[in-house]
Amino acid sequence: MDFGRISRRHLLQGSAALALGSTIGARGAMAAETTIGFIYVGSRDDYGYNQAHAQGAAALKKMPGLKVVEEEKVPETDAVEKTIESMINLDGATLLFPTSFGYFNPHMVKMANKYPKLRFEHCGGLWTDKDPKNAGSYFGYIDEAQYISGIVAGYTSKSGKLGFVAAKPIPQVLRNINAFTLGAKLANPKATTQVIFTGDWSMPVKEAEATNSLIDQGVDVLTCHVDGPKTMVENAARRGAFVCGYHVNQSPLAPKAYLTGAEWNWEALYPKFVKMIAAGEAIPNFYRGGLKEEIVKVSPYGEAVSAEARKHADDVKAKFLSADGYAIFKGPMVDNKGKTVIAAGTDRGQKDPELEKMDYLVDGVLGATS
Amino acid sequence: MTSDVADPAEAVGIAPAADAGFLQRHGGTIEYVLIPGAALVGALAVFGVFVALFGKNPLDLYFYMYQGAFGTWFSWQNTLTRAAPLILTALCTALPAQLGMVIIGGEGALLIGALAATSAALALQAMPPLAVQIAMICAGMIGGGLWIMLAGGLRQYRGVNETISSLLLVYIALAILNHLVEGAMRDPASLNKPSTREIGAANMIGSIPGTDVHWGLVFGLIAAVLSYILIYHTTFGFAARVAGGNIRAAKIVGLSVGKLILTICFLAGASAGLAGMVEVAAVQGRTNANLAAGYGFTGILVAFLARQNPLAIIPVAILLGGISASGGLLQRRLGLPDASVLVLQGIIFVFVLASDALYGRIGFLKGKS
Repeated sequence: MDFGRISRRHLLQGSAALALGSTIGARGAMAAETTIGFIYVGSRDDYGYNQAHAQGAAALKKMPGLKVVEEEKVPETDAVEKTIESMINLDGATLLFPTSFGYFNPHMVKMANKYPKLRFEHCGGLWTDKDPKNAGSYFGYIDEAQYISGIVAGYTSKSGKLGFVAAKPIPQVLRNINAFTLGAKLANPKATTQVIFTGDWSMPVKEAEATNSLIDQGVDVLTCHVDGPKTMVENAARRGAFVCGYHVNQSPLAPKAYLTGAEWNWEALYPKFVKMIAAGEAIPNFYRGGLKEEIVKVSPYGEAVSAEARKHADDVKAKFLSADGYAIFKGPMVDNKGKTVIAAGTDRGQKDPELEKMDYLVDGVLGATS
Repeated sequence: MTSDVADPAEAVGIAPAADAGFLQRHGGTIEYVLIPGAALVGALAVFGVFVALFGKNPLDLYFYMYQGAFGTWFSWQNTLTRAAPLILTALCTALPAQLGMVIIGGEGALLIGALAATSAALALQAMPPLAVQIAMICAGMIGGGLWIMLAGGLRQYRGVNETISSLLLVYIALAILNHLVEGAMRDPASLNKPSTREIGAANMIGSIPGTDVHWGLVFGLIAAVLSYILIYHTTFGFAARVAGGNIRAAKIVGLSVGKLILTICFLAGASAGLAGMVEVAAVQGRTNANLAAGYGFTGILVAFLARQNPLAIIPVAILLGGISASGGLLQRRLGLPDASVLVLQGIIFVFVLASDALYGRIGFLKGKS
């Protein structure tokens, strides 16, 4: 949380929420043991998206007075509604974290309307004023960390050819591919990123094929945006290529090949949320942030990362952390078909809603969105 | 009392008034309850040992399974909600099984049914909700029906193995769904989760009054009972069973086997297509990749456990719905991984298939013969 930005108005809102909390019930006080439910769409040791959330849940387990219940591999159907209700009815959960994108609408929205006194925090959804007030969505600008990965990858690659194994051509994924490529071009203006879309979030066989095919084409540094980067990381390392991780730190899987990676920092955010609730502060229903807000982080550099790369990457990271911030996407910018996508003089900062609609690949990316 | 009762206590447990005549008349029916029941108990016992190997108390396991599946009113609703699509998708395997066909592509029919139902709803937005809902039911059933009829037709006219073709058609259905959802039918506002536009809250079919269980359960019950009547109490069903028993004999007596195959396959697919329509109209409100949740595949398991009997599908679907409902509690209370539920399903499957060998071999149930 950016405490520097809390104004008097926020403090007033906070105290109002505190008063409200004490009238609705003791929930805000967290006096007795509070039960928090976490729901994952895949397995919680996937070295990826779900593990990142499970690490956040593990951080909560260390806090006193909290009980954490978890359920994995819950599909994005009415099964998740039943899991939420089961956690509420049988475990007494009062704060729920359904962590997969597809849980948001209609499932979590329906449950939040049904249980208006409980709090729901969803990862990735786009909460709007029409959605229930006891629900919120949070997410991170992880493209900032991908940008740093790109810089490191650009310095490390000898061929100047980078590879990206991606799930689907949706805005979040395209934004990561573009940020990674733009970062790499800071290090090596001639660097290119070859992208392969596998078509779904968890397709280990296709991910392995894509990894091999990229390396066969001369790619020597790879990264990815799929739910479980394990397949890509292990296969690339076996073939002698370097990797940048995603979601969590995958260096245990490939200690020598791992350069750095774009990680979620849920183990910082979730305790912060719980402390905010305990203090009676309202969590904003639409909660976003990047490196500066400690929602995402960069993995420690691997041994193969040169001193030059470290310095450049650290300098850019410092800019992200500075008060003014740093815009990755600034004009003039053309896509890989030669069309201008951001006009000269326009800076699109991290919160710019236009970036949430990204449907192009920037110059330097080899591949197509459809 | 007869002397060939091996265990008097057991006989008392089954029917206090057991006599030879009673057993002769009802021995077969009792077998159908006793053998799967014993297989289930055996499977649960083996699963208990499996869990004990992980250092968990099997008694806790049984208690949480009961609590999570049937212990409270909420648990019952959870179980029934999960059972609802399984009844319909299981019929997609059980109906063709009467003809000796092994259709395992219910998932594909479900997806096509969902797509067809969504298309109907989106095309008829101006109509009153009831008309839209009826149109969705028809579209879902026709879409799913034609899809499995395709597998039946390939078998009848081209000699393609229906098991393989129906399975491969699942992947084609999924590809069509993804293609349309990410292309022509995509709601431009669905940025990070490509989906069709919503069918509209007014067109949703909602829950059975007083419960959280959607109407899919009632559709499933009706479909199962109608299927049972069709198979066991009509000449059409009799013809299908004759063809399933011996296809040459059926042809010799003049049955139109091709027509039987296409009709049964259509009905089977229609039932899975209806499950797809329910997922759209009662749960998701639109079509996207979430619909491929594996109900079609679990339905195969249900049909085999029910020995392809449409009525037996109902309790088996509820049982598997209960196992799936209790799976969450096992994860949360015992710290078991999600896969443990799959292990239990697998053990049950093996036990039930192995118990097939027992039919007709339990001495005291045969009566005097």
